[in-house]
Amino acid sequence: MTPVFDIRGLTKTYAMGETVVRALRGVDLRVEAGELIVLLGPSGSGKSTFLNIVGGLDVPSEGQVIFEGRDLSSLSEDELTFYRRNHVGFVFQAYNLVPSLTAKENVDLVTEITPNPLSSVEALSLVGLGERINHFPAQLSGGEQQRVAIARAIAKRPAVLLCDEPTGALDHTTGIVVLEAIADVNMRFQTTTMIITHNAAIAAMADRVLHFADGRIAREEKNASRALASEVTW
Amino acid sequence: MVSWRLRTLDRKLMRDLWRLKFQALAIALVMACGISTYIMSMGTLHSLTETRDIYYDRYRFADVFAALKRAPLSVAERIADVPGVMTVYPRVVFGATLDMPGLDEPATARIISVPDMGEPPLNVVHLRRGRMLEPRETDAVLVGEAFAEKHNLNPGDRVTMVINGHKRTPMIAGIVLTPEYVFSIAPGGLMPDDKRFGVFWMSRQALEAAVNMDGAFNDLSLKLTHTAQVKNVLDAVDLELAPYGGLVAYERADQLSNWFLSGELDQLKVMATVSPAIFLSVAAFLLHIVLVRLIATEREQIGTLKALGYGNRAIALHYLKFIAVIALLGALMGAVAGYILGKNLTGLYASFYRFPMLTYEIVPRVFIEGALFCIIAGFSGTLVPVVRASRLPPAVAMRPAAPPSFRQTLVERLGLERWFSQPARIILRHLERRPVRFAFSVAGVGMALAIYVGSSFVVDALDYLLEVQYDITDRQDALVTFVETRGSRALEEVRGLPGVMRAEPGRMVAARLKAGPREERTSITGILPGGELQRVIDDKLRAVTPPESGLVLGRKLAELLEVRAGDPVEVEVLEDRRPKATLLVTAIVEGFIGARAFMDINALHRLMYEGPNVSAVAVSLDAREAAGFFAQLKESPLVASVLRTEAARKNFDETMGENMRTMTLFHIFFAGLIAFGVVYNTVRVAFSERSRELASLRVIGLTRGEVGYILLGEIGVVVLLALPIGCAGGYGVAAALSAALDTELYRIPTIVAPMTYAHAILVVVTATLISSWTVWRNIRHLDLVSVLKTRD
Ligand SMILES: Nc1ncnc2c1ncn2[C@@H]1O[C@H](COP(=O)(O)OP(=O)(O)O)[C@@H](O)[C@H]1O
Ligand SMILES: [Mg+2]
Repeated sequence: MTPVFDIRGLTKTYAMGETVVRALRGVDLRVEAGELIVLLGPSGSGKSTFLNIVGGLDVPSEGQVIFEGRDLSSLSEDELTFYRRNHVGFVFQAYNLVPSLTAKENVDLVTEITPNPLSSVEALSLVGLGERINHFPAQLSGGEQQRVAIARAIAKRPAVLLCDEPTGALDHTTGIVVLEAIADVNMRFQTTTMIITHNAAIAAMADRVLHFADGRIAREEKNASRALASEVTW
Repeated sequence: MVSWRLRTLDRKLMRDLWRLKFQALAIALVMACGISTYIMSMGTLHSLTETRDIYYDRYRFADVFAALKRAPLSVAERIADVPGVMTVYPRVVFGATLDMPGLDEPATARIISVPDMGEPPLNVVHLRRGRMLEPRETDAVLVGEAFAEKHNLNPGDRVTMVINGHKRTPMIAGIVLTPEYVFSIAPGGLMPDDKRFGVFWMSRQALEAAVNMDGAFNDLSLKLTHTAQVKNVLDAVDLELAPYGGLVAYERADQLSNWFLSGELDQLKVMATVSPAIFLSVAAFLLHIVLVRLIATEREQIGTLKALGYGNRAIALHYLKFIAVIALLGALMGAVAGYILGKNLTGLYASFYRFPMLTYEIVPRVFIEGALFCIIAGFSGTLVPVVRASRLPPAVAMRPAAPPSFRQTLVERLGLERWFSQPARIILRHLERRPVRFAFSVAGVGMALAIYVGSSFVVDALDYLLEVQYDITDRQDALVTFVETRGSRALEEVRGLPGVMRAEPGRMVAARLKAGPREERTSITGILPGGELQRVIDDKLRAVTPPESGLVLGRKLAELLEVRAGDPVEVEVLEDRRPKATLLVTAIVEGFIGARAFMDINALHRLMYEGPNVSAVAVSLDAREAAGFFAQLKESPLVASVLRTEAARKNFDETMGENMRTMTLFHIFFAGLIAFGVVYNTVRVAFSERSRELASLRVIGLTRGEVGYILLGEIGVVVLLALPIGCAGGYGVAAALSAALDTELYRIPTIVAPMTYAHAILVVVTATLISSWTVWRNIRHLDLVSVLKTRD
């Protein structure tokens, strides 16, 4: 079976005036369809940079990300936009909802431009927000906002779901609700999922855990069985 | 690729617009001002031009005109043979005075002959009411509509006129219009005065008999072929008419009525370009600052949208739609206002310029252009930030922007900071951090001020002009002009009339002045040494006594001839014996009206080989007896016209002054809008950028007043700096307008009264206070918690 992602020798350097920041120093990884991967590592170790490149938000300095046989670095800007539009769902730590749009409208933003989406209401129901679809972000709690963001990410039935510290701004109980939603989507749609977190406990949910350090994958663990989100404590 | 139906994004757009509605409205209003002036002037221009062209064509307005003393009709036949001449129309045109009830002084009439039978070949009249003259009808006249309206004359009424010394009371057969007097200004007048000047038409037979012109003519109109060489025709006509007292022939462009009309059209063109350009650039600048701010607040949203799969074009389109909505709103309001203003302006013109029919015509092209200009202005101010925003890499857009880098201000680097409080230092740092925007804000407010000053200066300038004209140079109460040049006895006769306190001789001759290749047709006025009524002045407004020989030129004439004091000028008098001489220019004198030349009156008599003749007498009157004075003149057979200073001044004030005041009101409104648009947007944007910081300052314990001081202090600095710059700029605009309005008939001096500056400053300061007040209300209600919670 061909992997969803075949990532080879990925590096990313930022020129900051005089100094050069080497955010990624050669990352290799194969990701199989339906896997749930958790990325751990200290702040500044390159996790976000890695996820952004995999999701087509950023381009690597060197190396390749091959998605379903296509090299992302060979794509034009428009093609990259279509890659994000049709295949990738993002969930960010800061939720990144459009404040002037309601929950439903935030999801509509995606369903309007993708070929075969869930309906917005359906997507919101999946994350348990069927009741609050007409609330503006400012009228929702942090956990609810993040669930709207998840609904927005999954509404397009993405091939991959990329989550950058989705529970970072949430308390424990709320965090669990959000993680359950993500795990549920992963199971239900076999969506390949990568989650960045600071919380080692979350790793128990994963098929595989990648430990980032200094721009590299320092260590990799495979879990024999996945814990349920509700079993996770931190 | 780009879907035009981004419904949800459009919803965001509408909500963003609603949140910024007052800013958007202020900008749209500024645009509307520009576009309404454009639509108003272009629509009026179009209507006037079309109407004029059709009128001239249909009523066969002549191409060339000439006046002369008297020539037999055979001369006209010879002129018909000049190559390029298609039609020759010799006429008799004579001045007369009218005794109109309700008017102390005699009114002046111009009586024009019409063929005894059939239509005139050129300069056809248009009948408004009543009827045309019957063949060979001798006891009836046609009268121009403007005069008829002012005196409430109707067909069947009789008017009393003294023509060539004979009193007559012809009946008015009809009320008419003519392309020759679309704008009817009396010879020597500044403004049309329809109460005191009227045009009449009389059958040739009757007029000929009244003024001894059997078989002769003293006025010539020509229609030329399309291929005619105008210059050659004019020369040929001058040559033919010279022995018959011909004054210089001139083409249509120099015909007084047409000249005024063309001048008006030119001004409309200027108005259609300059004002929209100013307003739209201000609007573009405002849109720029508002959009840059909007994009800065929405950086993360842009990144998110891109992460969701929206491309560069979708993002760019989103913000361009934002601009387009404001621009189209501006265009729409501008179109409505422009249409209403255009209708009114055309109505105003219709009362000044007499056309058989003048209606404001809707020219769709002008409306479309107006909308396009709005869009172009909007996009030109915002394209760069929009493109930059659309190209933001999504990953970068989602990271909060680096904190703005501040540095010590110039004040601090100079070590002056101990003179400034902490809040004052914050103000200075903010201003120094965005020097370009700071400069633009100052320029914007300054521009509002300049527009106000620059457009209201005309009132000041005209006041000054009238003062100079009537209090310093032409100080007579009345100028009595004679039909024929008369001997010195005429002066004594006038002196003997009731109420005359002082009478001075007036002598004026038509002349052609040449200097090198330049040539001007003008008049030379004799100045009485030590005279008190008709004087010439230098640029310091001091009376100048013309030397006993030589020529004194008004500044405009000197400019036209390109001569200075000491240069020779060839003079060819066009009256009497038509003497020629080369005279030295001895002085250049100030004067705002006409391009005139002056001589010592005795030197003028010598030039003319004549004794102390007069063509006019200037008098000062005892006001109590003025009525008796004028009543006697009404009876006099020798008087051609009586120019009453008080009436001229009042007329000027009523017609011109009224227009000016209306225009000034508009400009106050426009300048106020610009000031408000600039100040309001600057304050709002500053508030939006600063609200987090201000809330933090409030949290650490600053009072509302202190926080308000920081924010509003910034706009205060902008306005304070803008005041002197705007005033200076306003003077510049006034000077530029003076130059643009400079014509051979008058020159508008660059005079700005202190009160005008004061008014302008008041308008800008008021706009500032209102804008500041709206922000102040927001500061009072600044929600500390929510401001600190939201990231932007
Ligand atoms: N746009 C950028 N410009 C400069 N340096 C960056 C940029 N983005 C990330 N970095 C740097 O790259 C390194 C890795 O960052 P990041 O991937 O965000 O780490 P993590 O998500 O693991 O905390 C950090 O040192 C960070 O400062
Ligand atoms: Mg990170």
